[in-house]
Amino acid sequence: MVRSIERLALLLLLGVGCAAPLAARDGIVVGSKNFEESRLLGEVFAQLIEARTGLTVERRLGLAGTQICFEALRTGAIDVYPEYTGTGLVSILGETSKGGRAAALGRVRSEFLKRFDLHWLAPLGFENSFEIAVPRELAERERLRSLTDLARIAPRLRGGFGQEFVGREDGLLGLEKTYDLHFRSLRSLQHAIKYQAAGAREIDALDVYTTDARLIEHRLVVLEDDRGFFPPYEAAALVRGATLARHPEVGSALGLLAGAFDEERMRALNLRLDQGESEAVVARDVLEALSLVAARPGAKAPSAAEGKVPERAGFFAYLLQERAALWQRTLEHLGLSGLALLLGVLVAVPFGLLLERHRRLAEPMIRLLGITQTVPSLALLAFILPWLGIGARPAIVALFIYSLFPIVRNTYSGVRDADPRAVEAALSVGMTEGQVLRQVRLPLALPIVLAGIRTAAVLTVGTATLAAFVGAGGLGEPIVTGLQLADNRRILSGALPAAALALAVDALLGALERALRPRGL
Amino acid sequence: MPPALSVRNVVKVYPDGTRALDGVSFTVAAGETVALVGESGSGKTTLLRLFNRREEPTSGQVLVAGEDVAGIDPVALRRRLGYVPQDGGLLPHWTVAKNVETVPRLLGWEAKRRRERAAELLDLVGLAGPTFAGRYPKELSGGQRQRVAFARALAADPPIVLLDEPFGALDALTRRELHLQFAAWTAALGKAAVLVTHDLAEAFRLAARTGVLRGGQLLQIGPAEELERRPADPYVEALLDLALSRRSAHG
Repeated sequence: MVRSIERLALLLLLGVGCAAPLAARDGIVVGSKNFEESRLLGEVFAQLIEARTGLTVERRLGLAGTQICFEALRTGAIDVYPEYTGTGLVSILGETSKGGRAAALGRVRSEFLKRFDLHWLAPLGFENSFEIAVPRELAERERLRSLTDLARIAPRLRGGFGQEFVGREDGLLGLEKTYDLHFRSLRSLQHAIKYQAAGAREIDALDVYTTDARLIEHRLVVLEDDRGFFPPYEAAALVRGATLARHPEVGSALGLLAGAFDEERMRALNLRLDQGESEAVVARDVLEALSLVAARPGAKAPSAAEGKVPERAGFFAYLLQERAALWQRTLEHLGLSGLALLLGVLVAVPFGLLLERHRRLAEPMIRLLGITQTVPSLALLAFILPWLGIGARPAIVALFIYSLFPIVRNTYSGVRDADPRAVEAALSVGMTEGQVLRQVRLPLALPIVLAGIRTAAVLTVGTATLAAFVGAGGLGEPIVTGLQLADNRRILSGALPAAALALAVDALLGALERALRPRGL
Repeated sequence: MPPALSVRNVVKVYPDGTRALDGVSFTVAAGETVALVGESGSGKTTLLRLFNRREEPTSGQVLVAGEDVAGIDPVALRRRLGYVPQDGGLLPHWTVAKNVETVPRLLGWEAKRRRERAAELLDLVGLAGPTFAGRYPKELSGGQRQRVAFARALAADPPIVLLDEPFGALDALTRRELHLQFAAWTAALGKAAVLVTHDLAEAFRLAARTGVLRGGQLLQIGPAEELERRPADPYVEALLDLALSRRSAHG
């Protein structure tokens, strides 16, 4: 029994080793952040490289945020991703913007090259800056044209800003100082939710992106940054120097995109994504329209229906249509959490037993492990990233870390509190300490140890949605994308199966717990 | 032939300074039952635990069959001595048969011999048949559990049995019944036994000699009549008065 479990564990470990992204080293890995425009640009890069160089391209689209993308690029987990000059300047280099577009681009180019051997290719031609928008009727009533106008009446208004925007020097903090801008109340909201809140007039002002299609949909107007506070945010491909040296053709291919987009075009493309078209389809259309890839013979009007879900289709119709993808996501989800849990059990149970032998260490160690539970998953991933890059490995390691606490705690306390009379008697009739542990303490503690594993399993399955932040798939993928798109069907299509999975795992382990419970207890 | 057990001038001081035993000496002859009586804290259980090295003496000597236990591996020593704790101390996740086979299994007996031996002993303690062998401790009454504990203690046929208040948790009727059987078993099997109890009447009924412990000192040890005729200490006398008055009250 024990031996076969060990063998299974070994097999699975070998599996992780192979599945890990040491595979695609001779291809190109394209990354992107987890919002539509970034995904689209990533997809455009990928298709262009495929068409122009014949290299195999692996897509790691939808990585969570600047830090994870940048770390992935710096450590070589990805080769290229779309970035904005302002973000590079402010968020990565930690500088403030001076001068205009050219100054910002020049600064990030020289610094990134010197410090990280990363290259900013020629900008794509559009800016996607932060801007502040207000509902059109409010702007008309109060005659708001600029941020200076806004500051005048802000004490009567409710602000609603993206989580990232609120805490940034190049976001709200700096804006408040520059314009002496103070709202009556402030809310920090998820990006897509902001628009709905503004549409429902629950907030009066919000941060938006220049190229955001929802400006049109939600009848918002952008206020002029009359003191030039926001740095320029020109989009460009950010590529590893090592990649360009190995495959100069990648640089030439991506160079073809220089100046190919403007704000108008980008807004239109974003609108198509908003309406449910897939980035693969939109990207192909763009590249064809730019004559950068050959038009497909006979494929006129590139099937707008492909990858597009009819707006009015019900949730179940949506599930049905997406079932293959969802099934795939579910398997990924189970694989990630199962592997993490297995590693957790293999490490945490022996560790719990070890602590029982060194009880003075136990309480502090367990408290320390308890702290891991309070670390938000994004923060944990950010710590792990520099070592493990992106993909399945950091996700599994993060989940593994989360699984340790309940198992260690239950193993330790279960074994420690095993019926003291039975333990005493076993020692007195001549069992060695080891025999007492294996034959008495562990079997008596088994129900408690299993309960710990069960807690960890539910926790792991529930948390495995974090895998989507680092491009490892799983049911978090539709949730994260859905949040970006404010698409409830998509969110539910990930959240409901994830919840069902957690319940099923709980029930299964509950049954296992009853089956394995030693008779006589 | 050396005595089955002996202690010589044993002192036990715990790290917190408590003197649990303060210069105790006595012997147990082969085949003899000796009872140790005292209140809780008198040192009687500590004394018992010196024999199987669950405690180490601070000074003095403990001998089993003439051999100083300090030179015997504790685990091997414990397998040579039968042991019955107050509550039976059965392993709750093991069947009755498996519990009885504990020491033979630790000693590496083969399965067939273990099974036969377990059946034999369950027969001896009055729990014959497959009905009991396959049950779990929680499915038994207190008296039955204690019988199983006796069977376990005797399974590897040790010449010496250590009993730590084995009747303490039983109701009066069950206790009386087990007293009778215990006397029969020890007599029939010729075991030397040390019986720790707080009940002087029980000691007199079951043991050839009784030692009275108080504050870590052995006040007196001898047959019941000797203690009754010539109590060596006012405490022994008081204890006797209490036991005798209770005996007369019971008629």
